[in-house]
Amino acid sequence: MLSIKNLTVNVNDKQILKGINLEIKPGEIHAIMGPNGSGKSTLSHILSGKAGYTVTGGSVTYQGKDLLEMAPEIRAREGVFLAFQYPVEIPGVSNIYLLKAALNSIRKHHGQPEVDAMDFLTLVKGKVRLLEMDEKFLYRAVNEGFSGGEKKRNEILQMAILEPKLCILDETDSGLDIDALKVVAEGVNSLRAADRSFVMVTHYQRLLDYIKPDFVHVLANGQIVKSGGAELALELEEKGYSWLEDSKAAV
Amino acid sequence: MTAATASRYTAEYSNIAPTLPGQNLPWLTALRQEALTKFSALGFPSLREEEWRYTNVSAIEKKLFSPSLIGQAQELVSTELLASYQLPDTWSVVLLDGHFCAEFSVLEGLPETVSVMSMAEALAKQPEIVARYINQAVNNDEHSFVAFNTAWFTDGLFVHVPAKLVLEKPIQVLHLNTQNDALASTRTVIVAEQMADIKVIETFVGLDAAYLSAAVTEVFVGPNADITLYKLQCESDKAYHFGGIYVKQAKDARFIHHNFAFGGLLARSDIHTDLDLASECELNGLYLGVNRQHIDNHTRINHLKPHGISRELYKGVLDDRARGVFQGRVIVAEDAQKTDSQMNNRNLLLSNDAEADTKPQLEIYADDVKCAHGVTVGQLDEKSIFYLQSRCIDEETARNMLTFAFANEMVDKIKIKSLHDQALEQVLIRFPQEGVNKEWL
Ligand SMILES: Nc1ncnc2c1ncn2[C@@H]1O[C@H](COP(=O)(O)OP(=O)(O)OP(=O)(O)O)[C@@H](O)[C@H]1O
Ligand SMILES: [Mg+2]
Repeated sequence: MLSIKNLTVNVNDKQILKGINLEIKPGEIHAIMGPNGSGKSTLSHILSGKAGYTVTGGSVTYQGKDLLEMAPEIRAREGVFLAFQYPVEIPGVSNIYLLKAALNSIRKHHGQPEVDAMDFLTLVKGKVRLLEMDEKFLYRAVNEGFSGGEKKRNEILQMAILEPKLCILDETDSGLDIDALKVVAEGVNSLRAADRSFVMVTHYQRLLDYIKPDFVHVLANGQIVKSGGAELALELEEKGYSWLEDSKAAV
Repeated sequence: MTAATASRYTAEYSNIAPTLPGQNLPWLTALRQEALTKFSALGFPSLREEEWRYTNVSAIEKKLFSPSLIGQAQELVSTELLASYQLPDTWSVVLLDGHFCAEFSVLEGLPETVSVMSMAEALAKQPEIVARYINQAVNNDEHSFVAFNTAWFTDGLFVHVPAKLVLEKPIQVLHLNTQNDALASTRTVIVAEQMADIKVIETFVGLDAAYLSAAVTEVFVGPNADITLYKLQCESDKAYHFGGIYVKQAKDARFIHHNFAFGGLLARSDIHTDLDLASECELNGLYLGVNRQHIDNHTRINHLKPHGISRELYKGVLDDRARGVFQGRVIVAEDAQKTDSQMNNRNLLLSNDAEADTKPQLEIYADDVKCAHGVTVGQLDEKSIFYLQSRCIDEETARNMLTFAFANEMVDKIKIKSLHDQALEQVLIRFPQEGVNKEWL
């Protein structure tokens, strides 16, 4: 699904990612943890094609294609989805309009006709129920005036409707209360499929209690300093990151 | 500009005067005479005047716009044209080239206690009531466009709503202009007595002609009354438009204005309101400029008494070589303690040749007030563009969508469905990119 090799990235001549290697197979769930400022969001942004970063080395291959060559919208249409750490407010564009525009862009990309209006509404309303949201949110402007938790839930709603292949969740759990976390986790779990992979950036074990990862990676100072199974997250919860950063520095 | 150029209009006045309504009313003749004298001395406003410094109206003086005769153009107005602007579910008054047109107007079923009639009829039937209001929310000294309107107005509308009456449907005033070189000068008076609640829509449209539309509207919001006034200005792109709205708010009165300035080669609106004790006003505006349009909006919020609240948001989208002007004055009198005022003007420039001039002015003479203002002139937000791209939208479409969204925020504030759809249509006509698929809205 995704193969990241020796990826190095600069922002304003400062190296942020210092040689990332990551292999993600279809159906796998990878959690990425790590201290603030270690480069987790940078990695998410690079994968989704945000401008302002310079790739200085390495490669990213997605479904056999060079991901870095694709425009952001092409990546999205090919199935890469980023649930933002800080979702952007778009006053004046309703949620439902954006959902329809996005879905139809994907369909057009794959040579399919526009979605039928009734089918679309049925689909959207079903997902709204799945995420225990109020239908009113559909008709509100994208994220405008949403609470922190509502924004995160809205990201997952979009994801559930667009059915991407590679779902990148950048700290979707932060800002969610316990109940919301459960709902969002259920939403994510309902999307689990043999041909769909997840990258979940998180600081907390509690998300991983609900969505069990196959792999946990620790990103520190622009590098993956340790990888392991789900149990690694528990160890991190207990010990923090410093032992890893230190051990790395000692290498 | 100068008395010399204004004299062309003045010279013609003696021919026009006998055709104007209210000939038999000495007070009105005197008022018109005073206005004529003021206008003759000053001419149209000049760039030297602070409140006109960005808007050059000398083109109006180089031409000579004259009032057209009643009924001259009725056959030019097709049912389709009328249907495309006349809103269903309203009481609708049509002012055709500056004259009330009974044939096109729809006034059946108005409550008996409400008067909605042409200004000419009001001057004939109840001049003493009109006299109480005319030139009371503004006077001939404001600037010479007001004086010009006072001297020249051929008709207009008079609306009076008694205390406690909530009018179930809005009243639409459709200004329809059809003639080249014509002047449509109208005076409208809107009165809502204590605790009344009304919505009025002023629509300005025209055929493809170069005309001057000069309208003055005086609004009186009684104690604890509500008036929401919409203005949809879609004049012909060759037309000149001046529209002044002057409001007096009594104690606890609420006034909401939505100003959509879309049309005209050169268009200027004044929205001025005086607030009494604990009255509230909300001024919303959206101006869209393309080609060489010049669109000027001038607002003045006058907090005269304590506890007033004012909220103002004006947005402009300017493309090609268009120029948008926003001048917003907020005056807080010494007596107006605890005033709470916010003013915002945001401009989106879509081309390097487009221009936005924005000038917020706060004049605060009280010491215990909360006043904020902000202006921006800029391009689209890159973060938002990326967000949309990450949701499968290509960059160009994302830009169009955001431009539309920027404007649509103001359209979405319209609470009357038919008017909302009409304004939306007008926005889409002006920004026809495929970025916004109307069927999905
Ligand atoms: N545009 C930028 N200019 C300069 N530095 C930047 C820029 N964007 C990111 N950085 C820096 O890159 C580093 C990594 O940032 P990133 O947002 O990827 O961290 P993170 O791991 O997501 O942190 P957090 O857990 O706080 O979300 C930080 O030191 C940050 O300050
Ligand atoms: Mg981050």
